[in-house]
Amino acid sequence: MTTMTTTSVLEARGVTMRFGGLTAVRSVDFTVNTGEIVGLIGPNGAGKTTFFNCLTGLYIPTEGTVSYKGTVLPPKPHLVTKAGVARTFQNIRLFANMTVLENVLVGRHTRTKEGLWSALLRGPGFRKAERASEERAMELLGFIGLAHKRDHLARNLPYGEQRKLEIARALASEPGLLLLDEPTAGMNPQETRATEELVFAIRDKGIAVLVIEHDMRFIFNLCDRVAVLVQGEKLIEGTSDVVQADERVIAAYLGEPFEGDPGEAEAAEVTAAEATADATADTPSTTGTPGTTKGDAQ
Amino acid sequence: MTETTKTPPADPTPAPAPHGLIPLPPAAARALLLLGSVATAASAFLAWTWTAEFPGDLTITGYPGGLQWLTFTAGVLTALLTLASYGIRGLGWLLPARNNAPLVLTAIGGFAVTWFTVIAISAELGGLANLEPGGWIAAIASLIPLIGAFALPQDGNTTDGGKEALKAYIAKPDRIPAPTPTAPWIQRAAITAVTALGLGVFTYGIDTEYGELFVGYLIVVVFTVWALHTAGLLDRFSHLIAGNRSFTLAMGFLAAIAFPFTQTNDHYANIGVNILIFGTVALGLNIVVGLAGLLDLGYVAFLGVGAYTAALVSGSEFSKFSGVQFPFWAAALTGAAASLVFGVLIGAPTLRLRGDYLAIVTLGFGEIFRIAVNNMDGDSGPDITNGPNGIPAIPDLDFFGFDFGETHDLGGFTLGRFANYYLLMVLIMAIVVLVYTRAADSRIGRSWIAIREDETAATAMGINGFRVKLIAFALGAALAGLAGTVSAHVTYSVVPTPYQFAGSTPPNSAFLLAAVVLGGMGTVAGPLLGAALLYLLPEKLVFLQDKSLLAFGIALILLMRFRPEGIIANRRRQLEFHETGQLDVPQQTTLTDEPAVTKAGA
Repeated sequence: MTTMTTTSVLEARGVTMRFGGLTAVRSVDFTVNTGEIVGLIGPNGAGKTTFFNCLTGLYIPTEGTVSYKGTVLPPKPHLVTKAGVARTFQNIRLFANMTVLENVLVGRHTRTKEGLWSALLRGPGFRKAERASEERAMELLGFIGLAHKRDHLARNLPYGEQRKLEIARALASEPGLLLLDEPTAGMNPQETRATEELVFAIRDKGIAVLVIEHDMRFIFNLCDRVAVLVQGEKLIEGTSDVVQADERVIAAYLGEPFEGDPGEAEAAEVTAAEATADATADTPSTTGTPGTTKGDAQ
Repeated sequence: MTETTKTPPADPTPAPAPHGLIPLPPAAARALLLLGSVATAASAFLAWTWTAEFPGDLTITGYPGGLQWLTFTAGVLTALLTLASYGIRGLGWLLPARNNAPLVLTAIGGFAVTWFTVIAISAELGGLANLEPGGWIAAIASLIPLIGAFALPQDGNTTDGGKEALKAYIAKPDRIPAPTPTAPWIQRAAITAVTALGLGVFTYGIDTEYGELFVGYLIVVVFTVWALHTAGLLDRFSHLIAGNRSFTLAMGFLAAIAFPFTQTNDHYANIGVNILIFGTVALGLNIVVGLAGLLDLGYVAFLGVGAYTAALVSGSEFSKFSGVQFPFWAAALTGAAASLVFGVLIGAPTLRLRGDYLAIVTLGFGEIFRIAVNNMDGDSGPDITNGPNGIPAIPDLDFFGFDFGETHDLGGFTLGRFANYYLLMVLIMAIVVLVYTRAADSRIGRSWIAIREDETAATAMGINGFRVKLIAFALGAALAGLAGTVSAHVTYSVVPTPYQFAGSTPPNSAFLLAAVVLGGMGTVAGPLLGAALLYLLPEKLVFLQDKSLLAFGIALILLMRFRPEGIIANRRRQLEFHETGQLDVPQQTTLTDEPAVTKAGA
């Protein structure tokens, strides 16, 4: 467990989401503290994204409340963003026909005030605000390493850069909490590692991060705390080691162990095989233990 | 732009096939082009027919008339481009890419306009016998450059025949060499010259007196512009504009103001003012459709609200408030404000819908306006709008003693009633253009585009979708209302019938939307050009009569097939519709050091 001096940024209490007769999320309690990276894992269909959508106001939870820094979040996505919770999407949802810079500028929307009149009159205030927005956006593009592509259309960026740009766009709204929905989906190992670095850098800026991921290695390297969601219910929450060791988690991902449990020797063999596989791949091996490799086929 | 390390995939010199579809050596082909085009131009000086019954009087030898001028122009253009392809000094700028497509296109244009004329003469006067030898000579002479053009080698590296080979003739090269930097004054002179030329061409089009001439005009203009496009000159010019934006804008408005001074007949100024009203409303619709992506099929109702408001406070004796006469500025503001209120009232319930549903509901609201106005005659509703009779006898505007209804002499030029209103509309359009460009390039404009691109993502970025869409809707409505206040005075009276969804005369919702789509969504010049075309076509091609809607539908289908982004393309739109071969990469082409994506995307 992490330290207790920190205060909570996000607190979900008893969140339940029903779609007709189907209960996608069942009374989940969940907190994210300041300066923390929290992972949310679970097999496909466990209700991770539904839970995410409840947090960001896209869905209104049937029961329960979500509060950000003590105040209950309003059930409207744009107000949630304004309050300080920004998100990315599982399937990239950039503004494809806008330039890289414009995408980030759109992210600045909640932190700027200039309405139609000031746009029409173009007073000094408008110019100043535009310039400030652009500076801030360029800063963020520099942070994710896309400053040189500011005038490219978002659609023309390679996949990994689109993911980065989505993060930059979310950061532009100056959030206190960043929600990343499968940030490494479709990435190769190098890109995944770069994303890892990026998330750490974001945390170092004082922004708490909540990540949904399927890539277990990524999650366990990254997160201070991991919560496991299975069939809409929170199974366990704890540090990487605790979660990894938990039999129920392994069972949820791989199924119940059968009677003739593989012996110690066999397990060691698998570990060794994986270690060599890691060595041959150009990734410097991050320790892989059985059960922590990518568990589910997407 | 200098070619960097990147090597283009195809070397544009296919060694084995030096000639085109017609087997002739290139030198002969070029000679045919030059001689043929000169002959075509010269043939315009002959008599083509024996009687002056064919409009334009093509009977005079030694001087071209009517359609012959168009043949002459096309011939001269082809000759100039051919000379440029020979590498004559001073003409190189005409063909920056040294490609053959412009030659082919102008040759086709000359051929088309000449043969159109010859066929029109034979058809209208009843037989080939009505052609003088001059007509035969012109027909043959215009065929020669065509043969020459198709004997030239294609620009691309096409080897297979058929459709591809033909396409290669009119293909635009991928890369147009960048122009050598020129001094600012040369750039400005070029912009001025092009604006003046544009004004001349536009004025000629409006002043065409008979349908045949307008068709010929369209043929020549379309092929010439197409040729300039494939030559890369349009790209160069838009580059030039980008560097001198405010100067170009100023020149554009100067040209717009100059238009009525070139007219001797007030009828053409009437066409001009109607085009401007239509164009201004289309530009307002462009905010709603082009920027915010909201399909509004009842937009003309806002023009109606503005017109009716202005009529009610105009002091017309048939108005319900006949005692009230607002000065124009107050009437204009009232009209715009009334439209804005209607926009909000209609928008607030409907904008919660998306896509097709919104379109249907706006269509309904547009019709509700017309029917409501039709019924508010005291019998079936309150007596406000005088029902189907409308509000006639709207007095002319009067600015500080400048009566818009009278003819004024201004430094040797005579400005008629419509010319006065035309100038007022230019002012209003300037305001609308300013509002459009400023709104588009701002926080609010970006949020409109974001909503259009992906509404869910936009709201997740903190944009209040409903509010932003409502602003777009209300702003568009207010601009249409503003234009409506002038249109009420121009037409003397307001009646409910023009404010319908579709009809054969321009300001109706379908035509407005078509003007935006045809001209190019999300641009300033696009809707204006679209409006001009859509107004002029039914106006000039009287022979189409009731078939004009059919012709218009066919034209739209063809455009959507071949140029879905509209005539003047917004950069975004262009890339949206043409997925392949995007060369949007601005300035430097930096190779990414990113490895290729190995895993399959989600």
